[in-house]
Amino acid sequence: MDFKNKLIRKSALELAKLIATGELSAEEVTSAFLERIEEAEPRLHAFINLFPDFAFEEVSRMEARFQKDGENTPFAGVPVAVKDDLSTKELLTTCGSKMLENFVPVYDATVVKKVKDAGVVLLGKTNMDEFAAGSSTETSYFGPTMNPWDTSRVPGGSSGGSAAAVASYEVPWAIGSDTGGSIRQPASFCGIVGMKPTYGLVSRYGLTAFASSLDQVGPMARNVKDCAAMLGVIAGHDSLDGTSIQVEIPGYSGMLGGNVKGVKVGVVKELAGESIEAGVLDLFNRSLDLLEGLGACVEEVSLPSLKYALSVYSIIASAEASSNLARYDGVRYGFRTDEPVEDVWEMYAKTRAEGFGMEVKRRIMLGTYVLSAGHYDQYYSKAQMIRTLIAEDFSSAWEKCDLLVSPTSPTTAFQLGEKLVDPLKMYMADMCTIPVNLAGIPAISIPCGLSDGLPVGFQIMGPPLGELKVLDVAYAMEGAIGFEEKTAEKVLPS
Amino acid sequence: MAISEEEVEHIAKLSAFFLSDEEKKVFAKQLSEVLDCADVISEVDTSNVKPTSYITNLVNVLREDEVKPSLSIEEVMKNAPHVYEGVFKVPRII
Repeated sequence: MDFKNKLIRKSALELAKLIATGELSAEEVTSAFLERIEEAEPRLHAFINLFPDFAFEEVSRMEARFQKDGENTPFAGVPVAVKDDLSTKELLTTCGSKMLENFVPVYDATVVKKVKDAGVVLLGKTNMDEFAAGSSTETSYFGPTMNPWDTSRVPGGSSGGSAAAVASYEVPWAIGSDTGGSIRQPASFCGIVGMKPTYGLVSRYGLTAFASSLDQVGPMARNVKDCAAMLGVIAGHDSLDGTSIQVEIPGYSGMLGGNVKGVKVGVVKELAGESIEAGVLDLFNRSLDLLEGLGACVEEVSLPSLKYALSVYSIIASAEASSNLARYDGVRYGFRTDEPVEDVWEMYAKTRAEGFGMEVKRRIMLGTYVLSAGHYDQYYSKAQMIRTLIAEDFSSAWEKCDLLVSPTSPTTAFQLGEKLVDPLKMYMADMCTIPVNLAGIPAISIPCGLSDGLPVGFQIMGPPLGELKVLDVAYAMEGAIGFEEKTAEKVLPS
Repeated sequence: MAISEEEVEHIAKLSAFFLSDEEKKVFAKQLSEVLDCADVISEVDTSNVKPTSYITNLVNVLREDEVKPSLSIEEVMKNAPHVYEGVFKVPRII
């Protein structure tokens, strides 16, 4: 195996250590991953924009910083990919939309700033469904991303670019955002680990808002420890985000012991029934046996309101999106129509007609409808009340269980184009992940095996701020499953 | 809940974008399907339930009213599609 192929197999934490001890230089690491990206991108299209020059400049800056005051940069020189809905100063941030095709932010998202402060090197911005509205990364204005396991299939979405980049060893870890499953579902489809933290744990400042009460930024990696380490980098209170929680951030990755003995795990009946594909359900059940083998107490629990979660989500998420996306009007930034116009209203309407894709228009219209006079009580207000019932169902579950589990997605990765014409079918892909966002709780997806050669995700949900417990059980299961060790060759060059 | 093409046109107007005739047809069908599906929520008894808009219980997050550095005018205008003497330029308003 040549140097590059050996290097790209290392985990983020291994790379950090090798760079810190001087066994590898940050330049070597950056070059190796950029080379891997160049090799894999024609097949995958995981990135919208790459910034190799910026990456090498960042390495020099970081080294200067390190030499000057011996500053502690724990992950100095480790590359990362960031989803293109997070603002990056002086680097294009498109949100997968024509509307922001040429948008160059003048400030960094708090998460991006934290990543830079930790010495992590940004290589590029990853592909996504336009404005994060989608479950397959097919609605990107820049074309779809392909699944590294089978390039005729979608990587999931909306953080499909980040998931594909991590799965194919283009980067050791990445950052995504999750409104209804947009980190966990692509993690599941691509056979990697992805986590949506508790609402408010990670700052949303500089994250392009889709549905503000549901959006949360989170880490994606090939193993639980790297995922935990990245969570430690990005979590923490931020005065620039009014919904940010004031709470002590534990050093997640250093605290994983894999202790499952006596942990009470509830299997959510509503998310593990007949709507789950047979191959997925089979692997899910085998993972439950494994959990019991590790010493957990597994029992079925029912959260009856989850039956309404998908409907509640489609109403609330669309309503918030219709409001958030009103800012794209061709005045202050972004695309403006070149067509002749009579007045400002015609300019708005033509700009938005040309600048937004079909899925975004569909959601804005649905949101506008459920918020409009005469429909507000019937849809929006009602959905907000049922959201309360869903949150209460979770609260009651925590009285009996430490954690809850389900498959991450009802299916494995589907074919490109298969669900694009049928929005309802597409929305079903998120049925197991959506309740977590409505309740604001943390959840992780870890790979639990292959069904017909495609990865299957196992979802572990925890109570608010229960990240450590979630990560610890995920860590124990990962050790018992050994997914990456068994499957790495399938997504790597020989 | 069936949505007509006329209703679609009205919603598009509220959403501030034009639709082609083809789009109107597609959206009328798709929005009707999605709303049909969402109508299941009407069966839930929510008579004594308070709505949730945000899941955390934070209220009135306040800070000191201090002047802090902010973006320069140049930075703020940098991404504007049309600028005239330091202000955003738009077509006729009235």
